[in-house]
Amino acid sequence: MFDFTKVTNWIDALLLSFLPGWAATLVECVLVALVIITLYAVFAIILIYMERKICAFFQCRLGPNRVGKWGSIQVLADVLKMLTKEIIDMKNVDRLLHKMAPFLVIVASMLTFACLPWNKGAGVIDFNIGIFFFLAAGSIGVVGILLAGWSSNNKYALIGAMRSGAQIISYEVSIGLVMLTMIVLTGTMSFSEICQQQADLGWNIFRGHIPAALAFIVYLIAGNAECNRGPFDMPEAESELTAGYHVEYSGMHFGFYYLAEYLNLFICAGIASTIFLGGWAPLHIWGLDGFNHVMDYIPGAVWMVGKTFFVVFLLMWIRWTFPRLRIDQLLALEWKYLMPLSLVLLVVMALCVSLGLTF
Amino acid sequence: MNFTLFLTVLLTGITFVGLVVVLAGWLAPRSFNKQKLEAYECGIPTRGSSWAQFHVGYYLFAILFLMFDVETMFLFPWATIAKSLGTGGLVAVLFFLVILILGLAYAWRKGALAWK
Repeated sequence: MFDFTKVTNWIDALLLSFLPGWAATLVECVLVALVIITLYAVFAIILIYMERKICAFFQCRLGPNRVGKWGSIQVLADVLKMLTKEIIDMKNVDRLLHKMAPFLVIVASMLTFACLPWNKGAGVIDFNIGIFFFLAAGSIGVVGILLAGWSSNNKYALIGAMRSGAQIISYEVSIGLVMLTMIVLTGTMSFSEICQQQADLGWNIFRGHIPAALAFIVYLIAGNAECNRGPFDMPEAESELTAGYHVEYSGMHFGFYYLAEYLNLFICAGIASTIFLGGWAPLHIWGLDGFNHVMDYIPGAVWMVGKTFFVVFLLMWIRWTFPRLRIDQLLALEWKYLMPLSLVLLVVMALCVSLGLTF
Repeated sequence: MNFTLFLTVLLTGITFVGLVVVLAGWLAPRSFNKQKLEAYECGIPTRGSSWAQFHVGYYLFAILFLMFDVETMFLFPWATIAKSLGTGGLVAVLFFLVILILGLAYAWRKGALAWK
């Protein structure tokens, strides 16, 4: 497997050859920031285009097809349009909180985005408590959503924010427990170590067999709810609440929520592929050495992005297939079914690990 | 280095939002209209503020979440070393989990999970 630390070390050495230590660190930080912003924007654009096309095909429509070939630069046109729209300060809003909310939402999604391991040695934030940090950073986003709803001084926004808050925190319990299940299997919380382990021993979903596969399904459902998508888009049920918590936001302020929504979908899928499907680890089938050798030639980043887009496609499929749930059904699904199930999964996984029943 | 990167990403997020808002403010046209600043609820003028009391059901779920999230947090250290602790560690943690599940059962029985 290609080790990306070779590239980073080379850049480090190159910068240190003509710059003092602090300046080299500064330049590296600026480079990291540029890379993150670029990836963030590029993935958002790809995802929005993909969602619009996929949703159109599921509904037997054509989707965007006027701007550019197959409507491929439609999203860029939308971004330009949003940039040239006025950001309105409503009369009754709480100005400070209203302006602060997009910052929280974007910062939360960017911090979690930086956690993803793209390749061997290519994760930006790689703490040894990676998963814990991911959960902590991800939950800042709900504060932004609640602030947005509350500061708007609008009944639709308030109802949307409250539903969203209740939904996100409920499903966070399940996500935490499912991740615990996988930590029991891997024995580490660092994303890079989890991926390395899967490259050596096989993907976690195969290593943990039944509990891991069930945990993957629970994670997909809970992750979909975390992103306020799919059958769980109560907070912005457009036929009841106009747009939910961001109804009073205009122009680029609205754009940030849109951006964060799609990036959260990508991050959710990325974490699913990291923890369950091996991250950048190639597919290996035990006994087929020739096949494994060929798979090793595909770069890790391609594996990672490919798996992530596969999961993204699954989530979009779910979104455009199932009808929306009511709030009581939504909370009952989490507290009466998913949470007890994930507690059981945790115990079963711990049993399997201590009895040596995992691969 | 990790903490520097964490700060970098944090500042990147803040700068990104700030810069784009400034850019949008610079590019976008401005117009003034009294009606434009009203809340977007319906055609007629809004009645009262939205900063009012809210359905208690949400509060109940927030409390439940707090309980379970704090308890899951305590499980993280155990989970990382579950393999080396083996069955003994599992039995010890099962006591903890039973209390957790009893809490859920109590809330269920009391009807806290039913949306009213």
